[in-house]
Amino acid sequence: MIGSQVLVECLKSEGVDVMFGIPGGVVLTIFDALYDSGIRVVLTRHEQGAAHAADGFARVTGRVGVCLATSGPGATNLVTGLANAYMDSVPIVAITGQVNTDLLGRDSFQEADITGISLPITKHNYLVKDVEDLPRVIKEAFYIASTGRPGPVLIDVPADVTTTDMKLKIPENVVLKGYHPPLQGHKKQISKAVSLIEKARRPLLYVGGGIIISGANNEVLSLAEKLRCPVTHTLMGKGAFPETNSLSLGMLGMHGTWTANTAINNADVIIAVGVRFDDRVTGRLDKFATKAKIIHIDVDPAEIGKNVAVKVPIVGDAKSVLEAILAELKTTPNTSEWIAQIEKWKKDHALRYDNGTDEIPPQLVVEKIHEITKGDAIITTEVGQNQMWAAQYYGCNRPRRFISSGGLGTMGYGFPAAIGAQIGAPGELVIDIAGDGSFMMNIQELTTAVCNDLPVKVAVLNNGYLGMVRQWQKMFYKGRYSCSCLKGNPEFAKVAEAFGAVGMTITRKDEIEPAIREAVSNGRPTVMDFKVAEEANVMPMVPKGASLEDMIETHEVK
Amino acid sequence: MEEIILRKHTFTILVENRPGVLARVAGLFSRRGFNIDSLAVSTTQDPSLSRITIVVEGNDRTLEQVSKQLNKLIDIVRVNDITNVDTVDRELVLIKVNAGAAQRQEILSIASVFRAQVIDVSEKSVILEVTGPQDKLTAIVKLLKHYGIIEIVRTGKVVLIRGEKNT
Ligand SMILES: Cc1ncc(C[n+]2csc(CCOP(=O)(O)OP(=O)(O)O)c2C)c(N)n1
Ligand SMILES: [Mg+2]
Repeated sequence: MIGSQVLVECLKSEGVDVMFGIPGGVVLTIFDALYDSGIRVVLTRHEQGAAHAADGFARVTGRVGVCLATSGPGATNLVTGLANAYMDSVPIVAITGQVNTDLLGRDSFQEADITGISLPITKHNYLVKDVEDLPRVIKEAFYIASTGRPGPVLIDVPADVTTTDMKLKIPENVVLKGYHPPLQGHKKQISKAVSLIEKARRPLLYVGGGIIISGANNEVLSLAEKLRCPVTHTLMGKGAFPETNSLSLGMLGMHGTWTANTAINNADVIIAVGVRFDDRVTGRLDKFATKAKIIHIDVDPAEIGKNVAVKVPIVGDAKSVLEAILAELKTTPNTSEWIAQIEKWKKDHALRYDNGTDEIPPQLVVEKIHEITKGDAIITTEVGQNQMWAAQYYGCNRPRRFISSGGLGTMGYGFPAAIGAQIGAPGELVIDIAGDGSFMMNIQELTTAVCNDLPVKVAVLNNGYLGMVRQWQKMFYKGRYSCSCLKGNPEFAKVAEAFGAVGMTITRKDEIEPAIREAVSNGRPTVMDFKVAEEANVMPMVPKGASLEDMIETHEVK
Repeated sequence: MEEIILRKHTFTILVENRPGVLARVAGLFSRRGFNIDSLAVSTTQDPSLSRITIVVEGNDRTLEQVSKQLNKLIDIVRVNDITNVDTVDRELVLIKVNAGAAQRQEILSIASVFRAQVIDVSEKSVILEVTGPQDKLTAIVKLLKHYGIIEIVRTGKVVLIRGEKNT
């Protein structure tokens, strides 16, 4: 059996049934082996699309997403996708072709040192120079990608390795001296956390993507309800706790709710689970949660104490640690005063937006999508204002249904991620809430959607601007709109039609609902181009470098 | 803002003996703009493992973070910050110093005080080899500067924890 067949057999034994990629010179043998392998290979139109699709697939299914690219430019086109998956802890395995082993390091045609390039943006990577190593490496790659804190793993395979003969033997176990992901939390630490929680007056659960990765939703819900403890989530944590639950405060951070940000600065005990105290969440660090003792639970020891000082660190898997805490709790704190305070904040500081003119408020579009899909669609987002409005106005009750580029903030992520999500969840409604700038960055994948009969929807909140940039320029650069105006973008409805998808243009408020209803029921890839208010701002907002207390709430910005 | 005190730290890192490991380790320092003071790498009693000894200057908190991130690298088996541990440390330096007939005797007597070996003598220069803790090497280098040092090469510090405990 030659290397490429070995590769395919190993992928199959890892349960791979779909992958995303584009062929090229050094991977022809691999694509040949895939041709009648039974693995579905989705041809994207750009390798970045392949990486993001694998990422979207992984986030929705919880399985490892796989992408495949040729050497040189194919491999470098994956880079943004790898960095994106790395920042958001998404398990993907990327396979790249490489020039022949005897040509390595000689600036050969289409040679790029992709293991070198991807070193700081992968959890691990391999250059396989001996075909005999291939089965072990693939086994390790899937294990590393999907365990502990997940992340992307890249395997670089020189062309001659794919054509060399060997006798296939798939190893049964993975042996890695330096890799032992922690599971159970330390007993003593758990007891410390429990006694802190039992004495709390104003406890707050701060939950993130780690809950979703670990599958700890039910434990979060049980803990919140048992303690009568309010819950705030990060962008990555949307779906970790039902937003319709009265204990939910919504998202915190730069564009979080007033209540969530105020609560975290007034809490006396914070139970932080699967979060990393990102600067977009904490704002100015020395003013963050100063009244609180913090319990930090994370599977990655390097996250603990990284940004804030922690009273009780617990290294372990969120689900198992929360189970242990739940089992050990004897009394529950009295939080009724705290809850009453929070209820009042919620009432006085609800999210709101301008809806007083003929212009379509972008927030209204998201609200309508939410209403019509009953909050039950799989949402992907692009990056910018669209992403924040999606997070604010598309309440989410279940995990793995809000897919957004959090850590890297990658424009162009949402649409290919929607394609991967749709392939991972064929019967579901998948909607990319997009911006007119971001959509242009991977618009070529419309072809992928059309050719694969994927009925994904794109709702472009078309404000004619790189809106988030424009908002900052308005607020912090005296309104000097340097390079943020997108006038000259094409008519997206026509573009969609040219690609063979359905295109719609929505210019009036009364067209919003019918357009969404048609789109979600037409069974075809559809682009809805909502011409929204050009200069709407995302509010509330914590200015960069400011404390959460200095949140700006008003909608009008002078 | 917290006060940032810079201090030299010594890490000893046990790694899988594989290509690319050194680049991964170095990358975690370089992405923070840290300069590595010294670095020594070699295999160990177990041929599948290598040991890296790194001396780097930085503040305690950041370096603790680096150490945790080093631990995350798959190829790294163990990381130990032995800055405050009772250890023996040694480094070797070769010094090529100007030594015409007039200065040669003086230089040789400095060498004997420091128990340096003279390993090459030519008409105008000598090469000395000195082993010891870093401060000893620094001291002799300082003395020899006076005669004009032509070239220096140092191996970087290597360290073992005293007693039976593993480094
Ligand atoms: C690849 C990439 N390039 C640049 C940026 C910087 N950036 C952040 S938001 C934004 C504007 C996004 O515009 P659009 O997609 O129209 O979204 P809007 O904010 O208007 O909703 C830009 C340029 C980025 N996040 N990603
Ligand atoms: Mg825009």
